[in-house]
Amino acid sequence: MIEQLEQVEKQALAELEAITTVESLRTWRSTYLAKVGPIAEISRGMGKLSAEERPRVGQRINAVKQSLQGAYDALEQKLIAEQRARELEHDRVDVTLPGRPAPAGRLHPTTQTLREIERIFSNLGFTVWESPEVETDEYNFGLLNFPPDHPARDMQDTFFVKMPPGSPKVVMRTHTSPGQIHAMRKFAPEPVRVILPGKCYRMEQVTARSEMMFYQVEGLAVGENITMGDLKGTLQEFATQMYGPEATIRFRPSYFPFTEPSVEVDARCFLCSGKGCRMCKYSGWLEILGAGMVHPNVLRNGGYDPERFSGFAFGMGPERIAILKYGIDDIRWFWSGDLRFLEQF
Amino acid sequence: MRVPLSWLKEYVDITLSPEELATQLTLAGLEVGSIDYIGVEAAPGSAWAPDLSGSEPPEHIPWDAQKVVVGELLEVNQHPNADRLTVPVVGYGEGRSIAVVTGAPNIKVGMQGEKVALALTGAKLIDGHSETRKWVTLKPTKLRGVASEGMVCSELELGLSEEHEGILFLPDDAPVGTPLREYIGDVVLDIDLTPNLSRALSIVGVAREVAAITGQPLKLPEPQVVAEGPSIEGRAKVTVEDPQDCPRFTVGLVEGVTIKPSPWWMQQRLRLVGMRPISNIVDVSNYVMLEWGQPSHAFDADTIQDRHLIARRAKAGEKLRTLDNQQRQLSPEQIVVADPRGVQSLAGVMGGAETEVTDATRNVLLEAAIWNPPVIRRTVQALKLPSEASKRFERGVDPQAPPVALRRALELLRQVSGGTVAQGLVDVYSQPWQAQQIELTCAEVRRLLGIELSAAQIADLLSGLGFECEVGVDSVLVVVPSYRLDVTMAADLVEEVARMYGYEKLPNTLLADELPPQYVDEVQISERRVKDTLVACGAQEVITYSLTSLEVVETLNGTAPDASEYLMLENPIAPERSVLRRDILPELAQVLADNLREQSRVVLFEVGRVFHPQPSRTLPDEPRRLALALAGQRNVVSWHEADPPLLDYFDLKGILETLLERLGVDAQVTFTPADDARFHPGRSAYLIQTAEGTSLGVLGELHPDTRDRLGLTVSRAVVAELDLDALLLLQMPPRYRVIHRPPAVYQDIAVIAPTSVTAEQAHRVIQAAAGPLLEHVSLFDVYTGAPIPEDQRSLAFRMSFRAADRTLSDAEINKIREKIIRRLQSELGATTRS
Ligand SMILES: [Zn+2]
Repeated sequence: MIEQLEQVEKQALAELEAITTVESLRTWRSTYLAKVGPIAEISRGMGKLSAEERPRVGQRINAVKQSLQGAYDALEQKLIAEQRARELEHDRVDVTLPGRPAPAGRLHPTTQTLREIERIFSNLGFTVWESPEVETDEYNFGLLNFPPDHPARDMQDTFFVKMPPGSPKVVMRTHTSPGQIHAMRKFAPEPVRVILPGKCYRMEQVTARSEMMFYQVEGLAVGENITMGDLKGTLQEFATQMYGPEATIRFRPSYFPFTEPSVEVDARCFLCSGKGCRMCKYSGWLEILGAGMVHPNVLRNGGYDPERFSGFAFGMGPERIAILKYGIDDIRWFWSGDLRFLEQF
Repeated sequence: MRVPLSWLKEYVDITLSPEELATQLTLAGLEVGSIDYIGVEAAPGSAWAPDLSGSEPPEHIPWDAQKVVVGELLEVNQHPNADRLTVPVVGYGEGRSIAVVTGAPNIKVGMQGEKVALALTGAKLIDGHSETRKWVTLKPTKLRGVASEGMVCSELELGLSEEHEGILFLPDDAPVGTPLREYIGDVVLDIDLTPNLSRALSIVGVAREVAAITGQPLKLPEPQVVAEGPSIEGRAKVTVEDPQDCPRFTVGLVEGVTIKPSPWWMQQRLRLVGMRPISNIVDVSNYVMLEWGQPSHAFDADTIQDRHLIARRAKAGEKLRTLDNQQRQLSPEQIVVADPRGVQSLAGVMGGAETEVTDATRNVLLEAAIWNPPVIRRTVQALKLPSEASKRFERGVDPQAPPVALRRALELLRQVSGGTVAQGLVDVYSQPWQAQQIELTCAEVRRLLGIELSAAQIADLLSGLGFECEVGVDSVLVVVPSYRLDVTMAADLVEEVARMYGYEKLPNTLLADELPPQYVDEVQISERRVKDTLVACGAQEVITYSLTSLEVVETLNGTAPDASEYLMLENPIAPERSVLRRDILPELAQVLADNLREQSRVVLFEVGRVFHPQPSRTLPDEPRRLALALAGQRNVVSWHEADPPLLDYFDLKGILETLLERLGVDAQVTFTPADDARFHPGRSAYLIQTAEGTSLGVLGELHPDTRDRLGLTVSRAVVAELDLDALLLLQMPPRYRVIHRPPAVYQDIAVIAPTSVTAEQAHRVIQAAAGPLLEHVSLFDVYTGAPIPEDQRSLAFRMSFRAADRTLSDAEINKIREKIIRRLQSELGATTRS
């Protein structure tokens, strides 16, 4: 019996040698290690053996079974590993092929710039406030200290809205400054710190450099302890955060009817670093925003006593900021809706 | 205001380079926009320097000191071989001379002694004979056999103007041999003046600023006039009807004038400032306006009845033929200068043709007045007649200027016209200017500027500008000069203090004031969330014009809109931008169409205000809208998917469902079939607020007719427009639901129902029947066709059930399932299959 057993073991191991696939390995197992098969048959013949022989043969049978199982396990592991390696090889791709498109949307560059401006000023304690795009002449001009029939009105070519006879004059707001009056009237006599973003309109021909519709962000701070030094410091902080610590800005006198003193803020030309180029009209400087201390008349119109309260205001154009930042050559792209433009930001 | 430095230097010494002066003026609020270098170079490395290296010369060019000089015609000979050419021999000092060949029509054989601009070999000028603007460097040449060693120059060749008809003749006293740049070279600052800077609309005014900025003394002699004629008294008369309209009216008289061109130097200065020389009388008037800021008007004295000038309002129906030969209909809104016969001039705006100075004029009445600024401005606007004079009157002219400017003008007139000046002036000045006094405290300067200045320091800064200052303990009493009409209150003086102190020197501080109560605009935050969600869904934000046209609306709608529902502009710049939008879609649909010409996939959204006029209020409502527009292929074409399917209704709805879910609005709204002619009748829906039954907007595929009107070539285009304000009002904050540990049990059910039963109905019945153990139900298959009977379809739902405290048993689930099946049967007439 032992001989027989050894014969089977030898044969099984020999067959195993030749096996190269998992399938034939399984067949081999069902031949030699299943409940029916040569070893099982030998086991069944044990009953005919003597009591002395029986344990010896039994041990031997178990040893053969274990040896075959061990050989099986080892080969199975090897074959599976080989098969997986083949599958992986088969699955190989050209990793330089383009990925599956995952179309992502984008915010309009104006919105992106507005958010950047809002982020900077919210860190300085300013909150966002909105006011209407269609305004009365009184809010857009009168309350902002533009006297009627004053040349200051020439600074802002105005779209007038057709109104029935007897109605007050109505305009497309030419700047976000009427929001100053709205905000002051809402909050007076509390101090105010708001920024007012929104669309504005001017009666201008649309060209590469001028638009009839544009966004503006107005800022307003009113309190009992606000100086022009605060205005300068705030705008310096803004410029540093917006344009980077290397940005150089300068403050120079200007004129807006609703501020006194009025300020124009220039940044050193980003393109030529001040050497002079077409973009900065050979001055080396680019106007980036207008500002000033709120005019006493405007404070009064907003509901504050100008002898006690003071404040500053500023205004800037997000499109202009984007134009300077990205070197955009034509302002008309902004409202074109053209994806070739919008997808670049 | 263009300011030639040669002129400015007559009133103040300039110690700075032109570039440095330009910077200082700019930093003091007189923004120098550009600098013209006439025959001279800019400082090396200056940002203002024109580009001389390009192939196209700039407007003005520098002249080489050695090679472009004042020359004198010694003789002019006929060219032996060409009728049209002459050969002048030009001397240029120290006995030197050269012969040049020229075709200039204003050089005639036999001329002698005329002064010209002579360019010698090697001079770099503008090529006067080229069609395009380019450089030329002079070389010795031969023209039709005669050698030419240089050139007599035209203004174009020198970069002075576009004039190239003939050569430039210089004044007789031009110093022969002198470099031309030393003789007529100049630097012109072009200052962009804000409306408050009327005081700087003159050379003298700019000189005052320069003196204050640089600390140089102002050289301002009181103009003297040699008046040898009899007194004006009784020989000219002035009546002012309303001193409000005309606070001052001053007149001088010159007799025996000869009308001729003004001298070259005066013409040259007028040209540099940008005015055209006309004749000696007119040029003097303009010259003095530019110099002193006081406009004046010359009447032919013999055309004015009784030499009596009357300042009054025009009467209704009165007419005036103005200098430009236009017949003007006047109104009582306008101030005129009349004589006893009638209107002779539109005050401060334009003279009349009948009384203007002509070649025959012998005697001149010169008027210098002050007019009411708003009246002048309205007149200019009504008649569309802006002028250099009205520009100054609108902004306000120094009330003390008229006699000063008149004396300056009368003396110049005497010199350039040979006339005799009558002694004295007629000066009607019934309400003389009163100097204003303003007290400025150190505390106010500190409060507004954040700097500590003593009263003496403040006085020092202000007196440089001509303010008279009386220094007190902690304040300064300031007397405002007559030319500072812009200064009316302490805040104005604070600006002057800041300007002279230097904005740059003010400290940079951060707000130390109490932080105001922080206001949070919820709508702003929500709008951000909406935009971010849509971007995350793959949509691109666009911003379109809020101004549109009824035609664009009609293109989308297919029918003409009711114009009365729209606000219109009174003064549009273009018909396509003349109407305030009521909806976003009309313009957005255009943008969609534009993009589809370039793109295979377009997914756009816009958030913005629209304008709805309100009968009971002046201002319109400005509701916030959200619009979307999608068309083209769902995915970008790639090697992964060569022909992706078209975007359709469900792409749009999916984006909206995500948005509604994000806003917490999804449970409060329903989609119901829309009835809107713009849309595909079977693929459009209203978004309904379920509780109120009100519509929040519409979405769907555009009707093929609409697509045709828009010129869309894709076979599907999907759009939506929602009332964002209303939607945002429904927002709910996220509500946390406890997550239960026991496993869920999943069940599929196919509902076979008539096609008239909506998916929504089936969904609701399942939800209602299943009760609280149903955790989630979703539709995963819609099928029509065999073996499903016709007019029916199969809607396959996957349900998940879960209990908080236990694993559900099959028996429990089956009981619920039975109930669902019964309810579907009874309520919808549906059969079911597992
Ligand atoms: Zn530059």
